[in-house]
Amino acid sequence: MAEPLLKVKNLRQHFKISRSFTVKAVNGVSFEVNAGETYGLVGESGSGKTTIGRSIIRLYNPTGGEIIFNGRKISGSLSDKTRRMLRKNMQMIFQDPMSSLNPRKKVGDIIAEGLDIHKLYQNLKERNEIISEILKKVGLSPAHAERYPQQFSGGQRQRVGIARALVMNPKLIIADECISALDVSIQAQVVNLMKDIQDETNCAYLFIAHDLSMVKYISDRIGVLHKGYLVETGLTQEIFSNPAHPYTQSLLSAVPQPNPRVEKQRQLINYNAENINYENSTMQQLSETHFVLK
Amino acid sequence: MENILSIKNLDITFKTNAGNIHAIRGVNFDLPRGKTIALVGESGSGKSVTMKAVTGLLDSNSVINSGNILYSGGGETVDLLTLSKKDLRQKFNGQQIAMVFQDPMTSLNPTMTIGAQIMEGMLLHKKISTSDAEKKALELLNLVGIIEAEKRMKNYPHQLSGGMRQRVVIAIALSCEPKVLICDEPTTALDVTIQARILNLIQDIQAKMNLSVIYITHDLGVVAKVADFVNVMYAGKIIEVGTVDEIFYDPRHPYTWGLLSAMPDLETDDSRLYSIPGSPPNLLHEPTGDAFAARNKFAMKIDEKAAPPMFQISETHFAATWLLHPDAPKIELPPELKARLERSRKAADVVG
Repeated sequence: MAEPLLKVKNLRQHFKISRSFTVKAVNGVSFEVNAGETYGLVGESGSGKTTIGRSIIRLYNPTGGEIIFNGRKISGSLSDKTRRMLRKNMQMIFQDPMSSLNPRKKVGDIIAEGLDIHKLYQNLKERNEIISEILKKVGLSPAHAERYPQQFSGGQRQRVGIARALVMNPKLIIADECISALDVSIQAQVVNLMKDIQDETNCAYLFIAHDLSMVKYISDRIGVLHKGYLVETGLTQEIFSNPAHPYTQSLLSAVPQPNPRVEKQRQLINYNAENINYENSTMQQLSETHFVLK
Repeated sequence: MENILSIKNLDITFKTNAGNIHAIRGVNFDLPRGKTIALVGESGSGKSVTMKAVTGLLDSNSVINSGNILYSGGGETVDLLTLSKKDLRQKFNGQQIAMVFQDPMTSLNPTMTIGAQIMEGMLLHKKISTSDAEKKALELLNLVGIIEAEKRMKNYPHQLSGGMRQRVVIAIALSCEPKVLICDEPTTALDVTIQARILNLIQDIQAKMNLSVIYITHDLGVVAKVADFVNVMYAGKIIEVGTVDEIFYDPRHPYTWGLLSAMPDLETDDSRLYSIPGSPPNLLHEPTGDAFAARNKFAMKIDEKAAPPMFQISETHFAATWLLHPDAPKIELPPELKARLERSRKAADVVG
């Protein structure tokens, strides 16, 4: 098998709050993302899923562990060359399309910011062509480049966010709760768009979300996080039809299903997490692709 | 069935700098006593505005053009729209009709302790002593499942987790023993596991206190779990109403079809989600005819000219689409939806 696009080994991310208190947000998480696939990261709030995304794209300095992206180590101090490679090939789509776009910039300039920095065009005409093309790709019209973010609806803004990430032709896009602020019908539009783009450009997604049902639609493989530990990872099918960890089981039992008679009969599987300590647990292999923390 | 709350022909306009926004265009619905109804629709469809009209919390630039909101929980029937804001606040809000808001992070006062916030309403409305109010507040905290309630009374909101805060908000809503509880997206800001617990909690309390509950939500999974009746709202109108079974197993309006199809389904392995094309109309420019026509692949010529009336399907099931007119051509349901409905009916038959 080819070398994975992203390899996260034993990642730890701690935040020192005061002299005596450290938040251990991520504790020894390892996973891989292959080129062109979608890896879903799920977990409740505070489980560390957003922190992992931000550590990988180096918005934080990882406390420990190793991140290898595109054949190069991107944890520790970055050389200029590595940094440029990282910034060009890894992009992020943020949660809230209302606050992640600069309200003073035209949409065209927001999208082209990365192009400007990396000087990825010969002349202004080419720049405009790239912008028009990407806008069309995400289902907006080239005329929208002259407008400001506040002139768009939520779904349209998230399309701008996707265009902004996509214009760099990245190998990996980290999508952090990128649909949770949108309405159900718009969520479906955005998820379908992301899938189409993946088919076309073969980019990989790290899809971070707490909504398991959407994650199921988009992901090839899933990792379940709890309290900063990866408690289970496997193919989407394996996680949904054969969840091995009690936390995963509890999470799946809590997803409400749009079927009234079935839903009214369902029981929530409780998972008492208060005295759980994963420190001495190790990953055990259940199948070639399915691992669980025991 | 007796209705505790009944909204008739409600019509509301907002005056803005850009022009008049006709946000609510003739809304009718009933809340039967002791039952749970859900109000479903996209953002901007008017769900929250309707509820704000009930509680008198509409913004000052709103104009109520017509309608009645009949409330019959306190003996005789009153039209809430005819009351002054002061009367509404003193006699109805909190005591008769209470509200649980969406975001527990912002609906609590960060500078007041939990205890003081729960007691505030009781002391204002109920003429009871502080010590009695304290006792009641402790009871309420126990009722909503907060452990070490005595200690928590002295806590501030920031010392609690999101799920706990929403429990506190529910305790506040229940403090004056209301008869109607309006839950405006009560679990949207919460994780699925916490969401399931909060919904179970509201159901338990509803049974204990014989509450009538209105849920505002866009999550059809939540609706399936809690509701007896469903009202689907689009562009300021109710476009389909029925029992939860009728809406989920036999929907008739194309918009309801779209909503159901757009929900990811854990049971299947479809690789594509259906999405309703386009976006909801801007009510600054009110559409003529059916507001959903532009997004509806089954739209007919008449949809552009006249808005459809409510067609009756069963005693409880109504939908506003010309497709139900006797002269309309028979159409085939989209195959994915048809398969999906069959699947969910089958699954429902299994559990009985």
